[in-house]
Amino acid sequence: MNAIEPLLSVRDLRVSFALDEGLVRAVDGTSFDVMPGQVLGVVGESGCGKSVTMRAILQLIDRPGRITNGEIRFRRDDGVVDLARLEPRSAAMRDIRGAEIALIPQEPMAAFSPVHTVGDQIVEAILLHSHRWQPGKRMGRSEARDITVGLFRDVGISMPEQRIDAYSWQLSGGLRQRAMIAMALSCKPRLLIADEPTTAIDVTTQAQVLALLRDLQERYNTAIIFITHDLGVIAQMASYVVVMYLGRVMEEGPVDDIFHAPKHPYTKALLRSIPSLYGQTRVALPVISGALPHPFNRPPGCPFHPRCPDAMPRCSDAVPKLMPVPPNQFASCFLHHEEVDPA
Amino acid sequence: MNTETASSPLLEVRGLQKFFPITRGFLQRTVGHVRAVDGVNFTVNEGETLGLVGESGCGKTTASRCILRAIDPTGGSILYRTRSGKVVDLATLSQADLLPLRAEIQMIFQDPFGSLNPRMTLLDNVGEPLLVNGMKNRRERADRVAELLRLVGLRPEFMHRFPHAFSGGQRQRIGIARALATNPRLVVADEPVSALDVSIQAQVLNLLLELQARLKLTFLFVAHDLSVVRHISDRIAVMYVGQLVELAPTDAIFRQPQHPYTAALMRAVPAADPRVKSGDGVLGGEVPSPAAPPSGCYFHPRCRHAQARCKVEATALREVAPGHFSRCHFAGEMVF
Repeated sequence: MNAIEPLLSVRDLRVSFALDEGLVRAVDGTSFDVMPGQVLGVVGESGCGKSVTMRAILQLIDRPGRITNGEIRFRRDDGVVDLARLEPRSAAMRDIRGAEIALIPQEPMAAFSPVHTVGDQIVEAILLHSHRWQPGKRMGRSEARDITVGLFRDVGISMPEQRIDAYSWQLSGGLRQRAMIAMALSCKPRLLIADEPTTAIDVTTQAQVLALLRDLQERYNTAIIFITHDLGVIAQMASYVVVMYLGRVMEEGPVDDIFHAPKHPYTKALLRSIPSLYGQTRVALPVISGALPHPFNRPPGCPFHPRCPDAMPRCSDAVPKLMPVPPNQFASCFLHHEEVDPA
Repeated sequence: MNTETASSPLLEVRGLQKFFPITRGFLQRTVGHVRAVDGVNFTVNEGETLGLVGESGCGKTTASRCILRAIDPTGGSILYRTRSGKVVDLATLSQADLLPLRAEIQMIFQDPFGSLNPRMTLLDNVGEPLLVNGMKNRRERADRVAELLRLVGLRPEFMHRFPHAFSGGQRQRIGIARALATNPRLVVADEPVSALDVSIQAQVLNLLLELQARLKLTFLFVAHDLSVVRHISDRIAVMYVGQLVELAPTDAIFRQPQHPYTAALMRAVPAADPRVKSGDGVLGGEVPSPAAPPSGCYFHPRCRHAQARCKVEATALREVAPGHFSRCHFAGEMVF
């Protein structure tokens, strides 16, 4: 896009699941870039493919799912690798997963093992990727433990020496999510994928976790892909936003443009339909008519056209390509250009 | 709390308590209590929506379940004015006396997937409350179910299908149709839109507002999402560790919250506008356990305005402006 090389570059990614009932195209031609140190927000409703895209980046797609097309170019110290070409269980992928690209999952309760202390689980990750801390030298357990205590302190857990010997079920929701963030940071990742990290926690705890992530991002300059369905969280966290619907990118652009000058009818409708803390109360909200289509019944053409207020005849025939729309955005919509996505 | 104007309330909750025993050992001796709801007072007027907000574990769901008598309260009274105009105490009624009132008080559940029987068609799911309430004729039931489905914006032909054929938003509509089957007067909605997608939430909120106007329903709307509660409620009650900390008309509470917890809750909501920076003054610490609440004001360990008095002196809900109640010692004297 410009002089700075992207850290991660996803091009025309397609992931499908061959189920007995039919083929589900969960991700259907998604493209976006993540710049070094950038917070990229990915918004979308359930079934839009945001989580599957992230699992594809980490090569964590379970059978019968398969990456059928596209590239996931990730820039490392020794050049660019295409993660889509790597075997999920290969040494190269294992070297990247959890170390250079780390994940903060939605449900920290499910992500930690209940039979090991949280400290042990983080120590294990550090030992596995110890070269991220000390290149070319073996690391001892006590050293890894010291690093873990330091990480706990970094993410604002009080009494870290005691807390690392706790089990995940002994921690409150907020502490558990902080411990999860400490684990994600344990191998100094270049890219952090946060998959709905605050959806399962209360609003005051969410504010604490968001403040922590913002602070860590500034301190370490880690790039973050922040996935959420909460437009408020996106507005406060991201600098660049990707809006997804049914496995495709509808629109992307700088956060201010997305919120104040949206180009795609889906983005516009989504923004109008959320109740705000300032608007008029007890009046009908503008809605997006219809329902999210069932994954087996993908509409032909633009996936949003059956619910789109501005749909035209050609929207049901051809899939619009993601194209630049002045001044700053990209949109896949025939209102703004004529380009058809051939696939 | 004698707050109300001329219109007598449909529901008046006084000093409601629900304690869950903590048992230990082989003999299951009671060693303490979780004070899930501890002396809650509020009224709900006919035709209004009272929003009940708070974080998880604050007792909002327990309070609403007590009102439905899904669980038996430990103490307090729940005065309900029946259709015939008589005021009864739901807290002490026997199951037999409660039965005729069940039709008048209904519930909408959070989870549109767990709350419908997957082995029953919509006709049976929505028609079951009718059957229980004595509508034995199947054709009559089918007519009523068709009417209900139309009411919530679904096609009557759907009644022979099973719940799995419907999306989350449609299922929530089915749950609403079932709640309305017996012509209720009071509907308790526990997080009715929090499991729905953003684009579907607005549809269901609009439906609830429309049904309320059409059927003169009274809602007790339990939720954690402040912007949703603000949108739908006439008045809002905020709970913290089993107690009501603030109760006021929606406009008043958002214009000038009179309790520091309410103010902190509002500040914690991330604004859906990148130009509005929110999340400043993040509330530190964690919600205390209702089994061992702090001394004095329950909020004092996290309150940035806390003073020596807050640590020792328990607080009570008091009226600081007409219809505006707060549990803070300094309400009315400070801006939070």
